[in-house]
Amino acid sequence: MDISLLNAFHLDILKEIGNIGAGNAATALAKLLDKKVDMKVPQIRIMGFSDVNEVLGGAETPVVGILLEVLGDITGYILFVLEQDAACFLVNILMGNPINQEMEYNEITLSALKEVGNILTGSYLSALSTLTGLRIMPDVPALAIDMAGAILSVPAIELGKTTDTVLYIETEFIQGTDKVIGDFFLVPDADSYIRLLNTLGAMC
Amino acid sequence: MAENSIKVGMADLKQTHHPGVLVTLGLGSCVGIMLYDRKTKNIGLAHIMLPWSHQAKNNTNKAKFADTGIRQLCELMLESGCRKGSIIAKIAGGAQMFSFSQGSDTIRIGQRNVEATREVLRELGIPIVSDDTGGNYGRTIECYSDDGRMMVRTIGYGVHYI
Repeated sequence: MDISLLNAFHLDILKEIGNIGAGNAATALAKLLDKKVDMKVPQIRIMGFSDVNEVLGGAETPVVGILLEVLGDITGYILFVLEQDAACFLVNILMGNPINQEMEYNEITLSALKEVGNILTGSYLSALSTLTGLRIMPDVPALAIDMAGAILSVPAIELGKTTDTVLYIETEFIQGTDKVIGDFFLVPDADSYIRLLNTLGAMC
Repeated sequence: MAENSIKVGMADLKQTHHPGVLVTLGLGSCVGIMLYDRKTKNIGLAHIMLPWSHQAKNNTNKAKFADTGIRQLCELMLESGCRKGSIIAKIAGGAQMFSFSQGSDTIRIGQRNVEATREVLRELGIPIVSDDTGGNYGRTIECYSDDGRMMVRTIGYGVHYI
């Protein structure tokens, strides 16, 4: 099925999938940080490639990106994107540093950030797994610190072999009342979002 | 960024007459290919994502691939009065943004994009006068029609002209 045939009902279901996954991930992050973590209502973004670079506001904004391949019955990518100050904030809490300490990117801090990616992704996907009964697992995380556009293009390129539009299920995590931690993207390939919708009985 | 600049998105290509500036933001493993006619000062830019159109299931968008994208850009330039003999190329991008332990195909896509780009330009007989490819960092490029210079801007590796 072509992506353009998805109707409002399908999109609502995909949004709900984002809600359930991200809700679980937010809880896991809150436990890890011992702080309140909230999330915004997920957004479904269906885009042509020319728009992908601009998703986070600026293609040149420096961000930290943690990318995991999704394997099993659902395939695609998970991308967790943090602004640099948010990455610094997370690392300081995890390492027990003073909150305002400047972060150095070294083996330990990068590994801590990857672990955050691991935990968030693991809880997001296990919620989806429980919901659908499908087998869904993350691969090992990889990390890059660079322009948002260059990082966001990575999952799109892989999906570009089979399609001209990509579907990103985006959820923003917030700490406390207004501190943005980062944006979490589930990017299923075309077969996978159809499988998700089918499993939930939404395709008839 | 110059005021009269034209943005070229991912899997997109544009060409313009002098004076003009073509810009593409946040190139990762994609490759930006600038074609420039030294006589007419026409300038073109293609932002390709994948190497070969025949390797993909969906190849309707020509600008997505190195082979079809570069050829289409070249045709556009010839149609607007350029001569093949005076067209030169500059290329940038083809980075590997994420490094995984296992080197799957996806991950080396940047390198494959650069290889395909070089091959297609060689087939077309267009010389690559300068390049800035590979590495593990993103690039923003701006191409100027007055002298065909290409500015490459990075995070952490500065700004330079090729």
